[in-house]
Amino acid sequence: MSGSSFSQMLELASGAVLVCAILTLWRSDLHAITSILSLQGVSLGVVAGALAAHTHDGALAATAAVVLVVKGSVIPMLIRQVVRRVPGGRETSPLINVPASLVGASFLIVLAYLASSKITALSSAAATRLAPIGVATVLVGFLVLVTRRKTVSQIIGLLLIDNGVALVAFLLTAGVPLVVELGVSLDVLLVVAVLRVLATSMGTVSGAFDLDKMQELHD
Amino acid sequence: MLIYVILGLPLAAAVAAGILPWRRWVGWMTTLANSGVAFLGVLLCAKTVNHRALGALDGSLRADALSAFMVVVIGTVSLLAVSQTNRFLRAEIDRGNSNIRHSSLYVVLVQIFVACMLLAVLSANLGVMWVAIEATTIATTFLVGHRRTTGSLEASWKYVIICSVGIALALLGTVLVYFAALHIDGAHLTSQGATALNWTSLQANAHRLNTGVMRLAMALLLLGYGTKVGLVPMHSWLPDAHSEAPAPVSALMSGVLLAVAFYALLRFKAIADGALGVGYTRSLLVAVGLGSLFVATSLLLSQKDYKRMLAYSSMEHMGLIALGAAAGSSLAIAAVLLHILGHGIIKAVLFLSAGEIYLVEGTSIITEVPALLTRRPVLGGIFGFALVALIGFPPFSLFISELNMVRAEIAVGLTWVAAVSLVLISVIFVAMMTHGRSLLLGEPASMGDPRSSSRTFAVPLITALVASAFFGIVAWPLAPLLGAAARVVAR
Repeated sequence: MSGSSFSQMLELASGAVLVCAILTLWRSDLHAITSILSLQGVSLGVVAGALAAHTHDGALAATAAVVLVVKGSVIPMLIRQVVRRVPGGRETSPLINVPASLVGASFLIVLAYLASSKITALSSAAATRLAPIGVATVLVGFLVLVTRRKTVSQIIGLLLIDNGVALVAFLLTAGVPLVVELGVSLDVLLVVAVLRVLATSMGTVSGAFDLDKMQELHD
Repeated sequence: MLIYVILGLPLAAAVAAGILPWRRWVGWMTTLANSGVAFLGVLLCAKTVNHRALGALDGSLRADALSAFMVVVIGTVSLLAVSQTNRFLRAEIDRGNSNIRHSSLYVVLVQIFVACMLLAVLSANLGVMWVAIEATTIATTFLVGHRRTTGSLEASWKYVIICSVGIALALLGTVLVYFAALHIDGAHLTSQGATALNWTSLQANAHRLNTGVMRLAMALLLLGYGTKVGLVPMHSWLPDAHSEAPAPVSALMSGVLLAVAFYALLRFKAIADGALGVGYTRSLLVAVGLGSLFVATSLLLSQKDYKRMLAYSSMEHMGLIALGAAAGSSLAIAAVLLHILGHGIIKAVLFLSAGEIYLVEGTSIITEVPALLTRRPVLGGIFGFALVALIGFPPFSLFISELNMVRAEIAVGLTWVAAVSLVLISVIFVAMMTHGRSLLLGEPASMGDPRSSSRTFAVPLITALVASAFFGIVAWPLAPLLGAAARVVAR
């Protein structure tokens, strides 16, 4: 891959990760959000793949394949099964409405660039310059997590944070060592599986797909 | 070899418990495995106390005095908790809340949980340590939700979401440390590869790491692993999870899981101190430590539920430990480690006896369980002595460790911090005494059934109390070990 097409590819795929995160704020249809999440996983895999092709790194190519399978298809599939059980399949009552959360997201992106200035100062590589995009994805994930009240939306917020961290890891360090990356992917997969079981049993025990209905524990 | 056996014992127990249907002897077998871990941990301490480190698996696993000490803490507390598992599971089955299959799953998950904690303290690689600590969250989720009530499901949901977010931030921090390690002195190093995340090489090269990146990384790590420790601002999962989980699980979570997450912070603190000097991490630790103490104090004052009281007390002690680590001298870290051991044992005893109280009284409201000491002398006596130990009475070891932490804080110039923490400790002291009095003393309304506590309950717990008092009076078996362990991370 030549230098300029490599960095274009990297910019496009990293940008797609952030755009997907913002789209999840915009849409309220949970089926659509799940598809967006799948697209984000694929973009993340493309970032890893581009880096692997550029550096001829076999371990990184393997990581890219794992990311593509786990984040691009397996995890969205697990989430789709939970979405099917949510009546109406929509996020009906976000704490902040859509226009306000989009404005919030733009503030968070500025914040991400400010916070990452120390990181981007350390290296002039094309990938390092893009690191703030990953940080911004993490922050948008936070926004989703604290403003959405359906159990599925919270899982999605968590995954956005996770994908953001993974993007930062790929861009800054071309991925953590393979054994760590495999462990991280396995952990994420298991967390989603655990959350899926919990969300399902919460639905059957108390009919609560809405976290506002779960207020039993407090001081 | 020793390291492999320590990691292998709980895993083997998990496999065996997964294959065999749950019976009493399966429970005893896992107890045996955990006592093996405790015993081999002591052996590991003996081998590492003179500053040697043991490696295994091409250097991926590593045990120094600090790791060995943590293995002993994990082994001891898990032995204590697992010794009560049979009684707990039998009671749940008798009441129709559980069945053989659920019980098997419970035993398997507890052993996997213990194995993950052991891997976290024995790993040489900070990335693998992260994976192991995240895996503890996964293993404990279903343990917290074991009773499948609305409350326990809500608690496990909060637990997984908050801890996973926290641990994701810790991963971001770890990635930044790795990034800094790959760009030592501004040059891009690719040759280091997998060993760049080993904390031995990070600690050796700490002074050459980029300070700007390390500041950001340490803040994220403190926020992230701090979530798992139960420090502010992401502590809200802790009281729910600890009060809803079955008693042996609460004992394990409060006694060791919080401490294992703090161990991760100690390792990163040593690296950050090398890169940034002690001041930066110290001010962060003081902020979260005092914050946690304030929150714990305010919620302990009017607490009505004795299980939540114990949970907030865990937050208090983690706050104290954070303040001790902020001081950072050898004396301070040795006191922190002694406090981790003492708190682990005493809190396990308290949660286990609280579980027993809940079992026989059927309520966790303090005022609905009066005069426990007259009605059930053994159970009330154990709970009372442990409560007295927890709030820092001599001769128990928590007194010595709190005293030494305060001394160390004053010695490094954190006098105001020591003063504030002493005031808050006194408030908590009064609050816990008041709650303890209304639980233990008073006029019994009726004598209830005069069922005496069984020996399998009383003997391990009384032994643990005696051991804690012993370490409070006589320091010799621990002092050299604590010194060696503290020197690994102290400055």
